[in-house]
Parts: sequence; structure tokens; C-alpha cells
Amino acid sequence: MDSVRYDRNGSGVRIPLALKILIAGGFGAGKTTLVSALSEVRPLQTEEVLTGAGIGVDDLSGVEGKSTTTVAMDFGRITINEDLQVYLFGTPGQDRFWFLWDELAFGALGAVVLADTRRLADCFPSIDYFEQRNIPFVVGVNCFDDGRRFSLDAVRQALDLDPGVPLLFCDARDRQSGKLVLISLVEHVARQRGEPVPA
Amino acid sequence: MRAESPGPQHEWLDGDAGPVVRPYTLTGGRVRPPVGLDLVAFVLAGRSADPAAHPRLHPEHRRLVELARRPVPVAELAAELDLAVGVVRVLVGDLLARGLVSVHEPAGTAFLPDDNILKAVVNGLRAL
Repeated sequence: MDSVRYDRNGSGVRIPLALKILIAGGFGAGKTTLVSALSEVRPLQTEEVLTGAGIGVDDLSGVEGKSTTTVAMDFGRITINEDLQVYLFGTPGQDRFWFLWDELAFGALGAVVLADTRRLADCFPSIDYFEQRNIPFVVGVNCFDDGRRFSLDAVRQALDLDPGVPLLFCDARDRQSGKLVLISLVEHVARQRGEPVPA
Repeated sequence: MRAESPGPQHEWLDGDAGPVVRPYTLTGGRVRPPVGLDLVAFVLAGRSADPAAHPRLHPEHRRLVELARRPVPVAELAAELDLAVGVVRVLVGDLLARGLVSVHEPAGTAFLPDDNILKAVVNGLRAL
């Protein structure tokens, strides 16, 4: 595979290709659950520091003494083969952490937006974000046990979703169901390139 | 590394934000790494990298070198060390400056995986 890069030091170690997929949606829509269900390793958590120091300032003397806070990001890994890994990143749920989204979205293959029909409007900001940046996405309607069932058509209408954006029911707790959502995303990405992935 | 007190009133400090920390103590106040370092940039230790030869490095630096004996992305290093990504970026920058590791950035936004890669991903997911 020509996409595999070799160590520049000439040690011959193969560096895998890492594809980044974002898992977005409103607070409580099941992002962490979906990442957990799909990840081959225990879902990992990483933190990003919330501080103005990271933005436009090179070196702050005394910043070591300043208190700040962090926001957690869930992520998981799916190894496709030794040369190809998929990393899933759950986006922080709060709108004010948008600046972290930009970092997460950089170079991302695409995104899954999880929708909860009890609080459909919660996923509007995620949909807007990916639409505005031309990042391919699919919408998974997470079926909670006590969630009211709507038809996909009704949800598509309520979300004012472009007809080309795949929309499907899913169960974020279920690995097989989550797999189907990811597959629909990758097929959507391929379609956007004009090269459909054969079944 | 974590402090108990919530500190002065701040718009970000509430239940949704994490605990209050002083994350950059470890980096001596340096907040910006010399290199970009994407979350999925792979870090790989040089085959003969010997952090013991650099007595001024922190234990965290040494752990990073050990973890990077195989290629590991920045996000995974941060999770393994339980350090914020921003802190790990600075530490990896230190190792890079000493020639102990190499960094392999992902191809970036202009890159779109070709059809064979997308097929491999779909087939790999189906086989899960």
C-alpha cells in the first residue's frame, strides 16, 4: 500500500495510516457509549487544557502557577490491518469547546452525528458544524429504550437534512449496530469522491 | 497534579469542565511545542534512543520514549501517561529536539484516502 510511510530515520519501521472519525451529537446522545462499543481497546480518555495560553502565546512565564481546567475527550481504536487504523474521537458536548472541535476535525475522514429523538435539536450545532466545513457525515438516530420512535423521514424533515446525507437508526450500545453506522459513513465518503465502494 | 480548590470564578469552571489543574508545571511553563503534532501524529523512538543519556529529562520523558518503541499516536501517549495532550506535545518536542524520537504527521486536510483504502476500511469493519 503506497499510503504507508516509512520511518525517515531508515529504521524500516512501518508507520500505520491513521484515519480519524469524529463521534458528535448533543450531551447524552450516546457518544461515549458508541466509542466504547466500537473500540478494540478500553476506551481511552485524553484531556485538552482549557487555557488562553494555547492560543497565540508562545511562552508564558508563571503559567505553571496558574490554575486552569481540562476537558476530556473519549477516543477508541479499531485496527483494520497492520497498516491501517481507525481512531474514533468523541467530541466534547459543550458548545463553548468549539475550538477543540477544530483540532479534532483537522484531517478527519468524516463524522457520525448521534441524534436522540427526545432532544433532536441538541444535534443541530453538530450538523451545522460539519455542513459548514464540508466534512462528510452521517446521522445515527440512537434508539433509547424509552425514546419515542419516529420514522426516518420524519427525523430527516425535522433535521432539515440534505437528501444525500445518510440517516439510519442505531443502538449505540451495540457493536454490530455501530459498525453499520461507520460503514455507512465510509461508503458516503467514497460516494462523495464519485467512486462507490462495491458491496 | 490536581488541585482541590476550584480557584477564582472563571467562565469555564463548572461541573462540565474538568477539575482544576496546573498542567504546565511539568513543562516549566512552556505551553507551545516547537512542532504541530496532530492527535494522530505517530511518535516513534529511534532504535538506539537512550533517554538515560539525558539526565535532565523527567521520568515522563523516559516513559514516552519507552511507549514509543513502536509507533504510537499522540492521543494514545497522552492517555497512557494520563497527561493533557498539550503537555505531551511539549514533552515530545523536547524529545524531538534531542533526536530521541521521530514524528510522523498525518497527511492533513488535503489528503483523501484512495478508494483501495476506503474499501479496506469497509471490509475491515464488516469483519469485526
